[in-house]
Amino acid sequence: MARVTDAPKVVTANRLQDGAVVWLTPAGDWSIRVQDAQVQTENAPVEAALAIARASAARQEVVDPYAVDVAVEAAGPRPLKTREWIRAAGPSIDALPASAA
Amino acid sequence: MSPSAAARQIAPPARGLPSHAGIYHYDQVDRDFLKERVEQFRRQVARRLSGELTEDEFKPLRLMNGLYLQLHAYMLRIAVPYGVLTSRQVRQLAHIARIYDKGFGHFTTRQNLQLNWIKLVDVPAILDLLAEVDLHAIQTSGNCIRNVTSDQFAGAASDEVVDPRHYAEVLRQWSTLHPEFSFLPRKFKIAITGSSADRAAICIHDVGLIAKRGANGQVGFEVYVGGGLGRTPFIAKKLRDFLPEDELIAYLEAVLRVYNAYGRRDNIYKARIKILVHELGIEKFREEVEAEFARMPRAQYRLDPAIVDGIKARFASQPYETLEPISGVLARARLEDHAFNRWVRTNVAAHRQPGYAIATITLKPAGGIPGDASADQLDAIAALAERYSFGEIRVTHEQNLVLAHVRQDDLPALWKALSTIGFGEANSGLITDIIACPGLDYCALANARSIPLAQRISERFADLDRQHDIGELKIKISGCINACGHHHVGHIGILGVDKKGVEAYQLTLGGSASEEGAIGDIMGPALSADEALDAIGAVVGVYLEQRQDGERFLDTLARIGHTPFKDKVYAAH
Ligand code: SF4
Repeated sequence: MARVTDAPKVVTANRLQDGAVVWLTPAGDWSIRVQDAQVQTENAPVEAALAIARASAARQEVVDPYAVDVAVEAAGPRPLKTREWIRAAGPSIDALPASAA
Repeated sequence: MSPSAAARQIAPPARGLPSHAGIYHYDQVDRDFLKERVEQFRRQVARRLSGELTEDEFKPLRLMNGLYLQLHAYMLRIAVPYGVLTSRQVRQLAHIARIYDKGFGHFTTRQNLQLNWIKLVDVPAILDLLAEVDLHAIQTSGNCIRNVTSDQFAGAASDEVVDPRHYAEVLRQWSTLHPEFSFLPRKFKIAITGSSADRAAICIHDVGLIAKRGANGQVGFEVYVGGGLGRTPFIAKKLRDFLPEDELIAYLEAVLRVYNAYGRRDNIYKARIKILVHELGIEKFREEVEAEFARMPRAQYRLDPAIVDGIKARFASQPYETLEPISGVLARARLEDHAFNRWVRTNVAAHRQPGYAIATITLKPAGGIPGDASADQLDAIAALAERYSFGEIRVTHEQNLVLAHVRQDDLPALWKALSTIGFGEANSGLITDIIACPGLDYCALANARSIPLAQRISERFADLDRQHDIGELKIKISGCINACGHHHVGHIGILGVDKKGVEAYQLTLGGSASEEGAIGDIMGPALSADEALDAIGAVVGVYLEQRQDGERFLDTLARIGHTPFKDKVYAAH
């Protein structure tokens, strides 16, 4: 779980069925695009969003939801920690070996 | 439950077991057991998806089947017992990678294969496919005795005294789902070799075994204990100089019992046997083991030579041709083709059978991802194994593959074929033959990325003339202190750390995983990726300036000490 900071936050988890990284949207469902995530700037709404996410986990939709610090940019929220932006964007390397036949 | 949409009607690979591949051939008991195990996990997955099992309840069950939840997806770690595969198994792995993953797999430092993009719903179907070819993912996770690892040249090396595969198989059968040792204080890794040169890194294992022969030719084992990397690295200490063959199981039971009784379950960082051995001291630990050993009903645990013979009989032998010890074809090709000659120098080792050789396929093309192979590459290697090596493929702890029985005459054709699939690089044991764990690109525990740094080092030193001039130099990279990338025993080790939220890399010098086993010394403060890359250039520069005739990197380091290297790296800081 991220430390409590003043940075805006989004809520994320991995989808149970396939492990895909998902982000909680304003509609209370999950998107695989971080751009769709609802950004929370106050503590109370973060707690409320986490409660929605935990309820989703209890319905076997996702695993281990938590909040992530982001910077809000024109293209949408960008996770601040390297780990989280790699989760959002995928591995920073090509998935296939360089000289794959 | 239905498998994911990705799993469509792609024809599975052709059947037919390569009958001379040197693996242990399963019997019906083994096969029935695997089937039952898959059915059990199928039910557990269904119960998880239906909500009958919570994640907390399910997690230990999936881990017992090698299934992790990583950053982007589930990861399935498939066991490759002591690193030996048949071509049929490799084709099946390629098939699974193609249908259920993104078309590639990653070989690990424990000789296993990891698939990084697995869906939970597909896992039972994947385990069915694995069981079809006598493979599984058992003992690749959890606090049990893990998949036993061994020398990738087993049964082929010219310096081999005892074939360790037979005893690795004994250990596999003994340890699989052993009820007393399924919930140890922590995971437990055993490595075994049967040669004087240690290619299995036994010095960094919980138990390391060297199979050898006594005065009358009888088999016995030199037993080492308490090696390991991670947060507190230790080189294993010798426990017994010669354990007779028939006492192998009893003695290991005694070791495990002492560990089970005294190992720290209250603190995960102190739970490995290395900490127990360190805290008790090797003398006291030995006393405890010998006392337990003396108490055991020895006859019950005796490893009957008939059992060993039975296991040996289930390993196919290779119908070698009678050949001249030195091949004229090979000698001519080496003279005519400099690039081929270079590959033979680094990637070919002596075979015990006249006219044969052992070929290492380094999965380390310039700028590539260490240990990764695509499904197409795996299929191609399976075909080459069938053509040139009795349908057998080995996995090395250095994340490479091996064709263990190639006619010397066939080496030129093999090398050409490997070059066409991107794996003809003449770099085994050289600076670009890097071990790298998945790091922060995939691993949920990582602090920093490993693969991109490995790729940049590989690109910087891509020139093969320069690599060969530098000679043996092993770089090993881990993305966190868990040390899956063996950084502590790298000649140059690189550890990814989190420096106030920024990825940084701490370098070590002078480690070794071979018979000279040593933990590297930290050079100084952690560096950025760019600085680490330059630091490696600087270290290599000092070595090239200072080395004397015939000295390897480790020799020069031992002679001149670490200071000249540190001074050069940190001069600008
Ligand atoms: S060393 Fe750390 S980052 Fe690398 S694979 Fe192991 S746990 Fe993951």
